[in-house]
Amino acid sequence: MGIFPEQFADIEAVGAPWALASYNDRQAKRHASTMAELETFYETVFPRSQEVLAYCNSFDIDDWPDEVKALMNMLYSLVLVSFAVEVWKQPRVPDTGAASFEAFDEPAV
Amino acid sequence: MKVERPKKPDIGSWTEQYPHLGTADVDYTDSVCPEFYERERDAIFRKAWIHVGRVEELPRVGSYFTKEYKVCDTSIIVARGQDKKIRAFHNICSHRGNKLVWEEFPNDETRGTTRVFQCKYHSWQYNLDGTLKQATREEEFFNFDRCRYGLAEISCDVWEGFIFINLDPTPEQTLKEFLGEMGEGLIDYPFHEMTQAYCFRAHIKSNWKVFADSFAEAYHTPYMHGKMSPEMAEDMVMADGIAFKMMGMHNTTSFRHVPSDIEQATPIEQLTQCGLYGPWKKPDLGGNLTPPGQNLSNHPDWGIDSHQIFPNFAIIIWERGWYHTWQFWPLNVDEHIFECRQYFVPPKNASERLAQEMATITTREYAAQDANTLEATHSMLKARIKTHLPLCDQELALRNLHYHVNEWVNGRRPGAVAAE
Ligand code: FES
Ligand SMILES: [Fe+2]
Repeated sequence: MGIFPEQFADIEAVGAPWALASYNDRQAKRHASTMAELETFYETVFPRSQEVLAYCNSFDIDDWPDEVKALMNMLYSLVLVSFAVEVWKQPRVPDTGAASFEAFDEPAV
Repeated sequence: MKVERPKKPDIGSWTEQYPHLGTADVDYTDSVCPEFYERERDAIFRKAWIHVGRVEELPRVGSYFTKEYKVCDTSIIVARGQDKKIRAFHNICSHRGNKLVWEEFPNDETRGTTRVFQCKYHSWQYNLDGTLKQATREEEFFNFDRCRYGLAEISCDVWEGFIFINLDPTPEQTLKEFLGEMGEGLIDYPFHEMTQAYCFRAHIKSNWKVFADSFAEAYHTPYMHGKMSPEMAEDMVMADGIAFKMMGMHNTTSFRHVPSDIEQATPIEQLTQCGLYGPWKKPDLGGNLTPPGQNLSNHPDWGIDSHQIFPNFAIIIWERGWYHTWQFWPLNVDEHIFECRQYFVPPKNASERLAQEMATITTREYAAQDANTLEATHSMLKARIKTHLPLCDQELALRNLHYHVNEWVNGRRPGAVAAE
């Protein structure tokens, strides 16, 4: 039994490890990944992202089931990783060796 | 593409409208000198009104949060009482001085809801209004008068839902007087409808003013952030302020919206329907969306206003219907905690939620560039090889901040003048 609904079972192996509930965890995973790993995630998930979002939109936001939460968390990771892939062409923001941000208050989902 | 050059005032520059600020190079010793920092602590951070949070963080009777205020070696409890009133107290037990409210790590901020504040040491209990409810084994004390041992209250007031404190037991100005024209100019803006908060912070190895400076000008934007905004990198003037207004120690700068941010969207921007200026779809908002203090020149391409509130706070309002705040909490002359809070109307569906995620990540990505550069700047300012630095017309808000920091440090603050 996966954490994604059946129609997204094909992206689960790559996508599910990125279904992390906090910005701090998603950012840590991004920084711990190689560019090849980030590209694999982006290239696997991005083509399905509209479909994933449409699926999530069919649920009431105040009542998201766990599978929707997991898909949304994966999409939040996609946003984060897209900067590495689309803009910076490297895992970190350039010239930010010392800077690290910590989220201290964020929406529950 | 090129944009129209913003029209400068007849006198020739924004800066020269304020003759007291001058146009000379600015002395940055104020950002690296330990003695100057010591003076700032008393002259500014114990005298000015300081923002600590939003009323929405205290939704009900008994809601509280703590705020570390290292610049004055204290910690603050902000709480909503039985009478719904918001009060602030030094976070210190009246018995033997233990820190009253904390979880796990004494230096971490915390929040919650409670009926009483109970000390972890000998269990003294305080009411939400700061009065001592109960001292354990009171009969062991001598001539014990409960009224004498309430919490030390801190002046606290609210403007447009923003909670401010003042460490001066008898502030020389009310919060309204302190905010003056800046406060008047934003009245009835619907801040209270934007309650979906995304907050992050970082420990930064620079003087607090060095970071405030970096967010107070957009001159650097096309260069430092060029990759995120290729259009700006093509036409540097696009980032320029379209109107500047110094209001004593506070100031507002208006900026334009980059023309084709939607047409030139990246793949992720298309997916999320959000770009550099926030979610493309504006939320429905009540209140006054065009208060007089906003979009100072009524520019048709207005995109952002930066409202800098002295000394360490700024509210940035976006035309797209959201806002964020910056705040700089000094730790010592060389370090501070940087805090950013972004506020949106609560999302109605997954698409709106994802657009907000994109907006917050966009901010974090470019703020990371700012943050890291600061350490490089501060570390070399400390060498004191270059002490007097040229500030251009786009850097007027920095000139204003350093001017007023020096005024306050030298005892020339508005309330003090009135009191004489
Ligand atoms: S120090 Fe708080 S009860 Fe003793
Ligand atoms: Fe910047």
